[in-house]
Amino acid sequence: MDVSFWQKDLETIERQPLKKLQLKLLRETVDFALKTPFYKSRLHKVAITSSDDIKSLEDLKKIPFTTKDDLREGYPYGHLAVDLGDVVRIHTSSGTTGIPTVIYHTKSDLDNWTDLVARSIVATGATKKDIFQNMMSYGLFTGGLGLHYGAERVGLTIIPAGPGNTKRQMQLMKDFRTTLIHITPSYLLHIGSKLEEFGFSLKDFVLKKAYCGAEPYSGNTRKKLEKSFGIDVYNSYGLSEMNGPGVSFECVNKCGMHTWEDAYIMEVIDPKTGKNLGEEKEGELVFTTLRRRATPILRYRTRDLAFIYKGTCRCKRTHRRISRITGRSDDMLIVNGVNVFPSQIEEVIMKIPEVGNNYQVYLEKEGALDKLTVKVEIYSKMFTGDLLQLDSLKEKIINELRAAIILTPAVELHEPGVLPVSEGKAKRVADNRQKI
Amino acid sequence: MAKQLNIFMENRPGRLASIAEVLYKNKINIITFTIQDRGDFGLVKMMVDKPKDAHLVLADKGYACALKEVLVVSIPDKPGNLFKLAKILLKYKVNISDAYGFVMAAEKQGICSLELALLDKKKIKSILIKEGFSILEEEGIYELV
Repeated sequence: MDVSFWQKDLETIERQPLKKLQLKLLRETVDFALKTPFYKSRLHKVAITSSDDIKSLEDLKKIPFTTKDDLREGYPYGHLAVDLGDVVRIHTSSGTTGIPTVIYHTKSDLDNWTDLVARSIVATGATKKDIFQNMMSYGLFTGGLGLHYGAERVGLTIIPAGPGNTKRQMQLMKDFRTTLIHITPSYLLHIGSKLEEFGFSLKDFVLKKAYCGAEPYSGNTRKKLEKSFGIDVYNSYGLSEMNGPGVSFECVNKCGMHTWEDAYIMEVIDPKTGKNLGEEKEGELVFTTLRRRATPILRYRTRDLAFIYKGTCRCKRTHRRISRITGRSDDMLIVNGVNVFPSQIEEVIMKIPEVGNNYQVYLEKEGALDKLTVKVEIYSKMFTGDLLQLDSLKEKIINELRAAIILTPAVELHEPGVLPVSEGKAKRVADNRQKI
Repeated sequence: MAKQLNIFMENRPGRLASIAEVLYKNKINIITFTIQDRGDFGLVKMMVDKPKDAHLVLADKGYACALKEVLVVSIPDKPGNLFKLAKILLKYKVNISDAYGFVMAAEKQGICSLELALLDKKKIKSILIKEGFSILEEEGIYELV
């Protein structure tokens, strides 16, 4: 199989020079991190006051993990390491409650990110001849813009379609002869199931490749998608705290996602003990940024579960590969590619006086897509006996949840005492989705 | 003014039975009832012989319920009488939020229960009386059965 590279020297760098480069970049990153109030205090506690205290990659282990809550607590400026004037873009992502996490980017940060995405695109064999329809959200969510700029740098023809409006997506794919799409796996399944209904058939398309990310899915679903569309499907992994897409990406061999190790130090840990698990053992992915100036993050606990493959890839890239994401080590839900924490939902509904104490977050499949229903109980004492009150209450809950979690959930009103009584978080979430 | 008991109810089998059981066990008689459907839930509207007691026992059992004032108008069961009633409400620009009607005695008496979106209910009550309608108070409703 033909193998192309975007930054061949970096992508095929031998392991020893790569480790040397990682150490150099880690030391730079620590110096930048020490400029932030958060890391200054945290690193001083473990006697790291300058990059001189990092003598080898082993010293990384002296640095405590950074969690999503740490990022939230620093909101909005606690993790900013450069002058705000040098920041050219802000991305935020959902926090575990109402406070989001924010990532700042300098011009060079975006430049580096774009190169990582460009590498990823080229690694799948895509070229400037490809017509690329990007069906991920543009905006604060990094999926859309991340792939967009990488693809632009490689020279692909981009259709910035964004998500949704399935019929128009099909029309664009047909009219502009789209060869490559970036999409959540469940939305690709959805498109497959709606072709006939919207008056299209596979013969209308010349699709060759799909990049699938933002939600976990199985190897079998990939095979199903590849077979039914007659295309190659490549796995993509990223998270906004580590820029977004372009952290780990599959090459033409489709045997795990290469993590760009000159931009991130990757670890896999036991989520309970924090112990390093090395290769081939499934655990929680932990990343350290190596090239980001505005928001350096050290040993970030992603809560995503995966393992690192042993051995090298036939493509000659020396960057190690991770498995597909198999799950989460926390209670975060991924609903149609959007990350939602049950605590975010709780925070919204508990502020509404007409709602009682018990609630349930219910997930199911509606066709290929996820359906999120929030069930709440009416608080008897606040009930005025009016149907209009109930209607506007439902509307209010939907609107406030939409503002908090970006998704539009269905809301069900229940009689008091009907929903499971609150005893910890587990019972609050009923996930009846079949894994794809 | 008469009292109507409005009860929030999920739309699934057995909910009406459970409300009716509570009322039965407390010896409360139902005079009228209607259900408004909103898909996954509904609102039961009832007139009962002991509205305050009914409200207490249901609330005690955890139901979300409330007492509402309604205007119960007795109208002779003759063609044109609903038109006459509605015209008066139009004249005073009174909007009807909800209503239901039934015949008590054919060709004699009809009943129209009105929920009015109006603050000054007493005023419209006296207007209707002046126009020749009789308004049933709580006791009057119990006498219907």
